Amino acid sequence: MSNMTVSVSPHIKDKTSTKSIMRDVIIALTPALIASVLIFGMRALLVTAVCVAFSVGSEWAFEKIVKKPNTIGDLSAAVTGALLAFNLPVGIPLWQAAFGSIVAIVVVKQLFGGLGQNFANPAITARIVMLLAFSSTMTTWVFPGLVSSATPDALSGATPLVILKGETSAALPSIRDMLLGVHGGCLGETSAIALVAGGIYLLVRRVISWHTPVAFIGTVFLFTLILGEQPVYQLLSGGLLLGAIFMATDYSTTPSTNWGRIIFGVGCGLITVLIRVWGNYPEGVSFSILLMNILTPYISKLTAKKPLGGAEV
Amino acid sequence: MKKLKLITKGLITENPVLVLVLGTCPTLAISTQTSNAIGMGLAATAVLLGSNIAISALRNVIPDKVRIPCYIVLIAGFVTVVQMLVQAFAPALNEQLGIYLPLIVVNCIILGRAEMFANKNTVLDSALDGIGMGLGFTLTLFVMATIREVLGSGTWFGMEIPVLIDNNISILTMAPGGFFVFGCLIALVNKISKGKAIKKSDFGCTGCPSAAACGKLNAECGKGSEA
Repeated sequence: MSNMTVSVSPHIKDKTSTKSIMRDVIIALTPALIASVLIFGMRALLVTAVCVAFSVGSEWAFEKIVKKPNTIGDLSAAVTGALLAFNLPVGIPLWQAAFGSIVAIVVVKQLFGGLGQNFANPAITARIVMLLAFSSTMTTWVFPGLVSSATPDALSGATPLVILKGETSAALPSIRDMLLGVHGGCLGETSAIALVAGGIYLLVRRVISWHTPVAFIGTVFLFTLILGEQPVYQLLSGGLLLGAIFMATDYSTTPSTNWGRIIFGVGCGLITVLIRVWGNYPEGVSFSILLMNILTPYISKLTAKKPLGGAEV
Repeated sequence: MKKLKLITKGLITENPVLVLVLGTCPTLAISTQTSNAIGMGLAATAVLLGSNIAISALRNVIPDKVRIPCYIVLIAGFVTVVQMLVQAFAPALNEQLGIYLPLIVVNCIILGRAEMFANKNTVLDSALDGIGMGLGFTLTLFVMATIREVLGSGTWFGMEIPVLIDNNISILTMAPGGFFVFGCLIALVNKISKGKAIKKSDFGCTGCPSAAACGKLNAECGKGSEA
């Protein structure tokens, strides 16, 4: 009985399940994973494997301990692990990656009741916890990959966002490198083309709607354009595309109405630019998503649909 | 036996920090280093012992309407004495505790025990209650500071611990880590006391600031608050 939910009509039955959605997300993440292996080397795959293994393992262990039905089969823990790995620099010590995965699953997701009950995105929150806990290894950008032999000096140092902030004198990578992802950054966030390809797949499969990513990315573009901050680089650098496509579209932590999604995306975009331009941290995508996660119940309530023919609620 | 219970209840079953949830501010702020935690705990215990005795002895003299200002004056007197003693004999600790030492005046544990216990009980019972609550506070600070210092800085009482010193999880020494350890310890005490320590009915969804927006208010949480 616990699986049954009562909702308003129309009641359309199809084959979509948590598992099929999560499988689509994994498929959509694959191009970015391949790109990260090409750019950063095999260690990217190793970090991802560790994160996925510890996410799934800690979900299994926690549910075993508290005697809840086992949900690792719905693949959501695997997606969380992969998304967390994509938010880590490739040189992260493996025990730290494992620690972050356990935080994501046990603290952020399971302690609040498991899938669908968590108010904050597990991967984003775990990334922020790790950023505060391991600030040196989380901001050390190494570049051991195949392409690094060409111009090692330009690649090994700072991320484009740090360069944009004027904290180093390094030159910005070219737009082509930005699109392909050949620049410093977390292992899954650099390749814009691979991320957009995954996003288009999710849109075609109707796993996500266009509202949040378009509102999020559009706000960042417009706001940085107004501020004169090189909007194209702002758009392609950091975790913006990864966050807007894969994190800000999470079902349980973002609004379920279309207007709510647009408000969520605009809010994320504004906070991101505020942090990037005036904040202490070069990147603000993860903080913006977490802050908007907290506002999600209020946004959902403000934008709730009136039932057809219903009276004032 | 009954007198002994006055002391031991402060350690777990009525722990001032973890069960009564008083004195949270110094607990979170001071528990980053074990040595500071012990110093803070003992200083607060001394004040608590003194103020409980004095307030209990004067409980028939102090007019009920102005009791809170009277308690504060008494407590502030003891805090001043303790602060001067610490300044004289442990200047290093004074440096470390900083503003939190004079702020013992407004520590809710001390005023709380004056209001909840000392103004209704005899001098001896109040003294024992003060010792028990003070030790409970010190013990909590010590446990929290041990967890936070060992894992967060890789040291214990300032001694470096091999391996951990290079692999510290520094978020534990910051405010979020403090809240996290605090929550874990409250959960642990609740588990040890099988939930008897905290009355569940006091913690319904109705008190939550997000209650209006949270869809669970009527459905699931209603059951919880009745239990």
